[in-house]
Amino acid sequence: MTEHQGGARRGARDARRRAPSVPPSLLQRNDAPCDHQEIAITASEPAPTPAGGNPSAGTATPAVELRGITKRFPGVVANHDIDITVAPGTVHALMGENGAGKSTLMKILYGMQKPDEGTIAINGEQVEFNTPGDAIARGIGMVHQHFMLADYLTVWENVVLGGEKLHGIGAKAKAKIREISDQYGLGVRPDAMVEDLGVADRQRVEILKVLYRGAKILILDEPTAVLVPQEVDALFANLRELKAEGVTVIFISHKLHEVLSVADAISVIRRGTTVGDADPRTVTARQLAELMVGAELPSPESRESTVTETEMLLVDALRIAKADAEGIERVVLDDISLRIRKGEILGIAGVEGNGQAELVEAIMGMLPLDGGAVTLDGKDLTGTQTRARREAGIGYIPEDRHKHGLLLEAPLWENRILGHVTERPNSKGMLLDPAGARKDTLRIVEEYDVRTPGIDVTAASLSGGNQQKLIIGREMSHRPKLLIASHPTRGVDVGAQAQIWEQIRAAQREGLAVLLISADLDELIGLSDTIRVIYRGRLVADADPATVTAEDLGTAMTGAASGHIESDPEAVAEAQAFVAEITEAGLPTDDTQAGE
Amino acid sequence: MTSPNPVAKKPLAKRFDTEKIALGLAAPVLAVLLSVVICAVLLAVSGKEPFKAFQVMFDYGTASDGQVLTLNRATVYYIAGAAAAFGFRMNLFNIGVDGQYKLGMLFAAFVGSQVDLPTVLQIPLLLVTAMLVGGLWASIAGLLKVYRGVSEVISTIMLNAIATAVVGLLLVPGVFAPDKGTTTNSVQTSPISESSHFFSIETAGGTLWGFIVIAVLIGVVFQFTLNRTRFGFDLRATGRSESAATASGVNVKRMVITSMVVSGAIAGLIGLPELTQSSYYFGQNVQPGLGFIGISVALLGRNSPIGIAFSALLFAFLDVSGTQLPLQGDYPQEIVNVMQGTIVICVVVAYELVRRYGLKRQQQKVGAELAAQAAAAAKKEVAA
Repeated sequence: MTEHQGGARRGARDARRRAPSVPPSLLQRNDAPCDHQEIAITASEPAPTPAGGNPSAGTATPAVELRGITKRFPGVVANHDIDITVAPGTVHALMGENGAGKSTLMKILYGMQKPDEGTIAINGEQVEFNTPGDAIARGIGMVHQHFMLADYLTVWENVVLGGEKLHGIGAKAKAKIREISDQYGLGVRPDAMVEDLGVADRQRVEILKVLYRGAKILILDEPTAVLVPQEVDALFANLRELKAEGVTVIFISHKLHEVLSVADAISVIRRGTTVGDADPRTVTARQLAELMVGAELPSPESRESTVTETEMLLVDALRIAKADAEGIERVVLDDISLRIRKGEILGIAGVEGNGQAELVEAIMGMLPLDGGAVTLDGKDLTGTQTRARREAGIGYIPEDRHKHGLLLEAPLWENRILGHVTERPNSKGMLLDPAGARKDTLRIVEEYDVRTPGIDVTAASLSGGNQQKLIIGREMSHRPKLLIASHPTRGVDVGAQAQIWEQIRAAQREGLAVLLISADLDELIGLSDTIRVIYRGRLVADADPATVTAEDLGTAMTGAASGHIESDPEAVAEAQAFVAEITEAGLPTDDTQAGE
Repeated sequence: MTSPNPVAKKPLAKRFDTEKIALGLAAPVLAVLLSVVICAVLLAVSGKEPFKAFQVMFDYGTASDGQVLTLNRATVYYIAGAAAAFGFRMNLFNIGVDGQYKLGMLFAAFVGSQVDLPTVLQIPLLLVTAMLVGGLWASIAGLLKVYRGVSEVISTIMLNAIATAVVGLLLVPGVFAPDKGTTTNSVQTSPISESSHFFSIETAGGTLWGFIVIAVLIGVVFQFTLNRTRFGFDLRATGRSESAATASGVNVKRMVITSMVVSGAIAGLIGLPELTQSSYYFGQNVQPGLGFIGISVALLGRNSPIGIAFSALLFAFLDVSGTQLPLQGDYPQEIVNVMQGTIVICVVVAYELVRRYGLKRQQQKVGAELAAQAAAAAKKEVAA
């Protein structure tokens, strides 16, 4: 596990890591007093854990009890001997990095898959689920990461859909929806059209849908991945409400601070098995992170500004307007101007769907412009084709690597050619140079630590992190002047994430201009030299990462703040300390599984 | 650091390769066997003895006259298959091969009857004419797709019908057909000049068409373009993932038009073996449906130049030997069409199954391989 993390860098880091840079008190987000080194991490045993997250934990029958769950897929063991006990009326967090086996476990609990071994007990009663219907009948409900709502139906119709037998489809059903909404403080309006709702509202509709079907045990799969900080707080308030009403919540996440602030008990999964339970009142973020990763963690390099005065990318008054289905013009990008200097990382913060993707595609020449200009290193690229822009020195790490970055069914060496087919070593004149490409692929695999048995395997057979490393290696191999990194660590495991950050910093040190787009505010604050906030296609605010907190950035992302944002210095210091702990832990903050 | 040592890598790479070949062969072989079984059942149900029928076909296929006929027909099928396959490689469904080939052949026949250059110039002139016409006709579909978003499937099917009408319009006395003087009732172009005749080889089994050389040439150029040129890489990339190709800098619009034109140009050549080797005019000798046979041939041959060669031979063999069925034992010749049809259906399903299986299998193998490496590395660490 640790072997790949760059032996050369580690020595220097170790010394720094040992010195505690953050006062422990800052890490305690909960009210509980800080017992010195009293860590409530217990090795997982078949017996119920004594972690005192909930007063009733020791006495009441557990709401959910998973014992020795093992699930094998051909060639892989997804879950191995998992034991988890969830006390009723608590928020129980299930943590683990991408691919640790959380999703498989929840699919087993929800009846979507059958375990090969092990038992499931609900409220003390042993059960066997063959379909999700069995699980629903037992009062288990699941809110998926990707919402499953029909846009052109109202909230009420969506909730009733598929559950017509419960309370009919008329006024009775609507009354029931109102009742549930009031009972748990969800604030759902039954007559609103789903298409008019924001992400947070949709999520509440999903939760209501599950409650409507009588769920008493709620599984939330990465519920905060799509939310801005303020919405996360609102969600947590809802969860506390649910808990107070006796609902048990299983909360899947890998965001440390969220888990610490909302969970009553924590179970950590690593490589398909439970590695321990923790008490959120006493455990620190760092300890939790180490439990998840199971190794010493990489830490961020100390940062010196490498920003120069030479302008590399100049984007001037970019405008794109698309006509939608009804023929109404919708402005996607409006008057976007930005510049990136050599050695500078410019971060773009924003809730997804506010024009980030279009901005990247506009700079890449994939979308036609309605106005504005793009200049790279003094060369006007406006109106040129994507290929010309790539040849001019733009490296591109796309947001969706499966869609835009790879030919999944082609071997690695052909993927190495993709995007650079006109350049050496991939081609000579009009002809391809497979030998040259293969040789260079081997070099990339070696230098960027792409873990693969060979370069003839298809890109689809690599894990997300290794695919991403191959893409970064490829893009960096052509001496780009500008690197566009769109969500570079999305769906990437922890080890690879640290490597990718390091590679982006290395690019910056080499004098590249970097445009970083990320949904992960900690990543943005940690890497960027300047941050701009995009909201509804406009750059509405800017901030210096040294003087802003994720909270205030989040406010700007909702459009509530504009201009130059500067946070309260005390809050910044506190946040930085906390963020340092988390980035040091190298934790991923967004979970889009590579395979999905 | 963790990359495998070279010694361990080689056998694995080899294993992937042999497996790839085995998987590649499995689908068509299974499909052919399955369709033989289906046809045998059909024959048996209709009260005929199936194995005798296969015997008849096999006997004719091994006789030298049957073989020459098979080769001649395979030449035509190969060109048709290549035309369809070129589009398929880019996910373009050129259903219009039929129309493109008819128009190409008509214009070549007309030019051949009007011009009389030395053979070295005349033959290339006819080839270029046919390709130009076929390509231009196909470009309509390409342009419609790029600029108006019309699915090429729809437009090429329509263009087939229009092509038939255009042929009817042009093939009237005084336009492409001679004013008078034909003794037959059918309207046809004047015979092409002597210099337009392609060379042929006399064998014990009959006349082998020299056009087979052109077919082989098409295959070689096809293979080379696809695998060894930048254009070919762009084409394959677009076929595998249009979005990734766009992001990589491929001008997809231009690629659509180019490949449509190339596909149509190859299609234009389909009628030339018949024209320059056998009947020497354009008229009722035009075989309908060649474009659709080309699609089947391309599907069975998995759009690869070598695969198409085999599938063209198989289809030609079935057609040629099928003619013997009514002659030698009162079998319906249509059973051959059933066989061809079932082969195509089976093979489409089988390829998809094999593709998914292969992908999954490789993922598992890579996973297992990496896990083994990690375990070995961990062991080493412990030892150290």
